[in-house]
Amino acid sequence: MSADHEVAILGVGMHPWGKWGRNFVEYGIVAAQQALTDAGLEWSDIQFVAGADTIRNGYPGFIAGATFSQALGWKGNRVASCYAACASGAQALNIARAQILAGLCDVAMVIGADTTPKGFFAPVGGDRPDDPDWLRFRLLGATNPTYFALYARRRMERYGATVDDFARVRAKNSRHGAANPNARYPKEFSEAEVLASPVVAEPLTLLEICATSDGAAAIILTSKEFARTRTTEPVKIAAISTITPTYPQTILELPGFATDAAVGLTPPDRPFRDAIAHAAYEEAGIGPDDLDLAEVYDLSSALELDWYENIGLCPEGEAERLLRDGDTEIGGRIPVNPSGGLACFGEAIPAQAIAQVCELTWQVRGDAAGRQVEGARAGLTVNQGLFGHGSSVIVTR
Amino acid sequence: MTAKTKVPAIEGWFTTDPDHPALLGSQCTSCQAIFFPRETSFCRNPDCLGREFAEIELSRRGTIWSFTDNRYQPPPPYMSPDPFVPYMIAAVELEAEQMVVLGQIEPGVELADLHAGMPVELVLGTLYEDDEHEYQVWKWRPIPDAAAATTEGGTR
Repeated sequence: MSADHEVAILGVGMHPWGKWGRNFVEYGIVAAQQALTDAGLEWSDIQFVAGADTIRNGYPGFIAGATFSQALGWKGNRVASCYAACASGAQALNIARAQILAGLCDVAMVIGADTTPKGFFAPVGGDRPDDPDWLRFRLLGATNPTYFALYARRRMERYGATVDDFARVRAKNSRHGAANPNARYPKEFSEAEVLASPVVAEPLTLLEICATSDGAAAIILTSKEFARTRTTEPVKIAAISTITPTYPQTILELPGFATDAAVGLTPPDRPFRDAIAHAAYEEAGIGPDDLDLAEVYDLSSALELDWYENIGLCPEGEAERLLRDGDTEIGGRIPVNPSGGLACFGEAIPAQAIAQVCELTWQVRGDAAGRQVEGARAGLTVNQGLFGHGSSVIVTR
Repeated sequence: MTAKTKVPAIEGWFTTDPDHPALLGSQCTSCQAIFFPRETSFCRNPDCLGREFAEIELSRRGTIWSFTDNRYQPPPPYMSPDPFVPYMIAAVELEAEQMVVLGQIEPGVELADLHAGMPVELVLGTLYEDDEHEYQVWKWRPIPDAAAATTEGGTR
């Protein structure tokens, strides 16, 4: 994609992640006001609001764009609300980008916030035997960690990964996140401490599985022309990938009971997770070698290793080597999750993909105190939402 | 005490032949694509406009792709016994269909006994019970490697 399709990130803001137990709208307003201040703009300057929805907070959660607009004060701006599970934030960004690139607005706010219940994510209430997300709990007792653990065990069986490798990922991310003021768990853990925490789903321990968190993130997205009136060197979004899988989908995906049957069919050129990042690289016209850092969706410690390969940081089966060599630690060749990742944040679903982009923005601006990747100019986020939602954003300066 | 009536925990997902249960899939009569759980309205192959499906039984044997256990009680709608009993789950590759299907592992198996590539076969087991019924679901039963080598049949 040409530079004509870039948009600018003029401001970012977050409400710290935690288990605060307050209404999600409160968190969203804090993030929105911080992003506005960061951009040097007022709420009255925002022409369009794209809200990432939460499905566990009643009706206001399903219409996030309007909910946040009302909370900030109705003023007749246009809104959109969208849901794509963990990928909701990238979808909201993509909606706002399209509005800007179509010339329908110059200044947009992208926002997501969540308040989460305690414990495992459960399906939405009620008897729904037609909903795969309900059925996988009913018929299999398959929680989210069940799927994370199946992927982790697969790495052990296929590539010789060890529980020590998984603990090493968690320990690395804990060092990264220790100085992040927005992290819920800014605490360093040794590999021994990770391995000593209770096993939830073998081989993964409690410390290696992403918690569910409250939190909020917001971004002020503008046309490049508008951004140039405010700053000489704007941060740019060079690509947003929001692709689905391609049939036959041969990799088991949450919350499915089975993969597609591939007999008699030609599987796609790239498995889904590889294709998510590939689409972003193609759109931006860059490749993995051009990246200075990446924020990947470490729903589990082991899953981070899968992502190294999926986004092309190393060939298949070599993620453990990359990790052991220190390449993905801050100071290494290609730091991954300098924010501390989901390990240090837990997941606030509609805010999380937006938060990944906030981190890249701070990094390429040189504003990531205590976790700065020196000289960062280009970064990639990657994430995957339930039911076939890819999400990858490339940020450059 | 009368024995409880065995009923499937879900209708139409598997046959209830106690000796040779099988998962029920559907096959598009136009492009032959196979679906589990069953697809019965529109073929999901993007190159096919098929709307008619035949019911088929999936392979009763496969090999373990990956496996894990669950040591904490899941939220409803999982019907947990009280106290909670941990269980194992396997993702199993069916060679003929070229697909991976999840299922609980039959109780009584140790995690340490499992490995990727291990042959398993489909059985019926209890998912939960009430006063009159025993609700059944499919489970995977590991076949010791030696036994698998001598018993041909299934998909291998």
